[in-house]
Amino acid sequence: MFEKTLTDLIRGIRTNKKNEQKYIAACLQEIRQEVRSNDPDVKAVAISKLTYVCSLQMLGYDMSWASFHVVEVMSSAKFLQKRTGYLAATQSFRQDTDVLMLTTNLLKKDLASGNHLEVGVALNGLAHIVTPDLARDLCQDLVSMLNHSRPYVRKKVVLVLYKLFLKFPEALRLSFPRLKEKLEDPDPSVVCAVVNVICELARKNPKNYLSLAPQLFHILNTSSNNWMLIKIIKLFGALTPLEPRLAKKLLPPITQHIQQTHAMSLLYECIHTVITGGMLNLGGNSDSLAAMCVNKLRTFLEDTDQNLKYVGLLALAKILPTHPRLVSEHRDIILRCIDDPDISIRLRALDLVVGMVNKRNCTDIVKRLMAHLLPSSNSDPTANYSPPSTLLEPAYRADIINRIIYICSQNSYSNITNFEWYIAVLVDLTYVSGVKVGEMLAQQIMDVGVRVKSARQYCVKIMQRLISDKNLLENCKLSDSNAEVLYAAAWISGEYCSFLENPVETIEFLIQPGVTKLSHNVQAVYVHAVLKIYAYWANSLVYNWDDDAKQELIQITAKLKDKVGMFSSCTDLEVQERAYNIREIFSIIHQDLINEENNLKEGNDYSSQKAPAIIAELPPLFFFYELNPVAPKAQKKVPIPEGLDLDAWINEPLPESENNESEEEEESYGYGYGQTFGGSGDLIFSNGNGATVGRRRVRKNGRKNGYESEDNEELREKVYVTIYSVLFGN
Amino acid sequence: MILYLFIFSRHGKMRLKKWFQYFTDKEKTTLTTDLTTVILSRKRSMCNVLEYGEHKVIYKRYASLYFVAGIDWNENELYTLEVIHRYVQLLDEFFGNVCELDIIYNFDKAYYVLDELFMAGELQEPNKKAVIRHINSFEQTCQLDILTRNLEESIK
Repeated sequence: MFEKTLTDLIRGIRTNKKNEQKYIAACLQEIRQEVRSNDPDVKAVAISKLTYVCSLQMLGYDMSWASFHVVEVMSSAKFLQKRTGYLAATQSFRQDTDVLMLTTNLLKKDLASGNHLEVGVALNGLAHIVTPDLARDLCQDLVSMLNHSRPYVRKKVVLVLYKLFLKFPEALRLSFPRLKEKLEDPDPSVVCAVVNVICELARKNPKNYLSLAPQLFHILNTSSNNWMLIKIIKLFGALTPLEPRLAKKLLPPITQHIQQTHAMSLLYECIHTVITGGMLNLGGNSDSLAAMCVNKLRTFLEDTDQNLKYVGLLALAKILPTHPRLVSEHRDIILRCIDDPDISIRLRALDLVVGMVNKRNCTDIVKRLMAHLLPSSNSDPTANYSPPSTLLEPAYRADIINRIIYICSQNSYSNITNFEWYIAVLVDLTYVSGVKVGEMLAQQIMDVGVRVKSARQYCVKIMQRLISDKNLLENCKLSDSNAEVLYAAAWISGEYCSFLENPVETIEFLIQPGVTKLSHNVQAVYVHAVLKIYAYWANSLVYNWDDDAKQELIQITAKLKDKVGMFSSCTDLEVQERAYNIREIFSIIHQDLINEENNLKEGNDYSSQKAPAIIAELPPLFFFYELNPVAPKAQKKVPIPEGLDLDAWINEPLPESENNESEEEEESYGYGYGQTFGGSGDLIFSNGNGATVGRRRVRKNGRKNGYESEDNEELREKVYVTIYSVLFGN
Repeated sequence: MILYLFIFSRHGKMRLKKWFQYFTDKEKTTLTTDLTTVILSRKRSMCNVLEYGEHKVIYKRYASLYFVAGIDWNENELYTLEVIHRYVQLLDEFFGNVCELDIIYNFDKAYYVLDELFMAGELQEPNKKAVIRHINSFEQTCQLDILTRNLEESIK
């Protein structure tokens, strides 16, 4: 029979690009037949074809139906087939593949084979397919193989043991002594493998490997294999936090490497370990060591190789918390990295910059960050990069905005010298952000507006710009709209309306028709702000009261009374309630004004020179006290007045027996109503006439407050009467 | 340690995939598709390190193939780049001036070379010559097998 070889298959797929799926489906049919053949060669070829198709061609096509055949091929005596079988196994077996049970004996046989190549293939396969069961079964065999005559096998066994430890942690305890011995193995690649494994293990549990430090130190000093040196130094980086004396001993060899090596990867590893392993905290000449590291990192940043820049920035970010001055000497080059077209470098530089901000460079840094949010304008030909697509990515933009706000609001705004500038920045962000950050911006604006008195006037002025912006309203439903910022705008305008240049105009903006599209919490603030500004403005008219003023007042009040109606049809209860409330207020004022007008017309001797008294009642509602921010722990600082003992009984506790009776009554009646109020058991129920009767429940544990005194009997009587009347209808 | 290694072509077709840690099938597909799109969109002058969630991804382009390795956050990036380079060197020596077609038609051999260089996500053999020697001995044994089979068939 003519069967396709692997090469034929691959060539066939490449030439049949147009009907690839059909061709592959046909091949799969053939493979299904071939795999069941008795000829081991045919089977092996079929499995290798299947491996190709499933792992590389078709993502998601499952070859688990062939698992048994894979095991058959794996157990073949011929090396070529065995290898193919193992490859198929590593590519297709999952942790829960059922045929894995069959492989235990097969693996044992292969591991014990005299042919080291077979052993090697088996070990490779095991490293991929090991499960906890397999690990338990094969642990002993593997540990004894640590003394195999061939270093090739020993090295592989060491690495496979690591995988075993991950699945079957017991194995580590049992085999650790033997593993330690291998550090003294004559073959360097075995030693390298052991070092790799210990490095991985030490990261999770450094304490257990401190005892190996002397041996490792010896290897560090004698080896010239850079690969191994990197791993050893990394290992020590995990151990030194536990043992400061170790750090002292390590300093000379590591410093030597830093100064002499040509290999960038080794140099980077040394610097990285010095920083993260706490070797800079040793005192004495640690400053010079830190300076040396930072200088080397600067050479990384100046190199044209982008990778060196990246790792340089990464390491500088790690050394920043402990040696900020050293790092800020190189501020210029770091700031230049923010503008790099490569996003990885930019992210690292941003991290670094955020940690370096202080009063003097805050404005500059924020300006640079905001320049990132703006699309590159054609009018700037000197811009040496076109922003890559990632600049427009919402996550990246949100990240930048978060960072800007973080920088500025850090430490209660300690980095900001000019709050007006900050408010302007926040408003600019509203327009250019491109992502939905309105809530955060609103919170910031309000925070600054409340805390910084001197900036309030400017703040109010800028808020007018936001409130009057029609575009913001129109686009408020879009996903990247920042209309939430109007929450802050309305609240600030309402609270500090004394700074408003034209209160009537502001009120007009607050009641324009598009406002009902805003979210409900913003609308609620709008409604309240309308009333506040009106109160202030009307009150200001009182001081120059004349006919014109009166007419204007009547006009505006009438208008407001009507317009506010649009808020009352909002589905949110808070907005509705506020809208109704202020509509009533406006109605009352309007009625008052009209009555006065009419009185005047009818010629009553009614003085029209004074404003209606009701106008003067409004401001005290809002402007009596200034709303100041309160610290979270402020309540605790209020001293308890003299003679007040919060733990004393307010009234004499009642004798126990009477309590139980009354509570039984409650429970038997009040089941439907009382229980809905939950734990404390307040009973409130209606007696059917629209009035409600309430009674506070007597608490079982004896703590009572309220009216449990001589009035108690009377009250209870009243309640019983009500109960009976409701139950039995009089 | 290295978590995964794969090779894909300029057009996004996978040529080799090796997972050194357990990932579910779904994770594997998302990872491969995400990384292929992101890496293909990067320019030549950019650095070879990508940050991808909990891993860092190191990639390097050799002619028409991208070699991608995923590592933990605390692994040395430059070391990984060297390791990838070592793998490419080995492929070159083994196939003799390797090109993409070699890897396509001999994908299993590419896996075998990888198996000799890495195991369990760690570098197995730092010595290039030793690796070549091992691979060649594998090949010789296989050739021997094929020869014996052909002889047997001709006798039949």
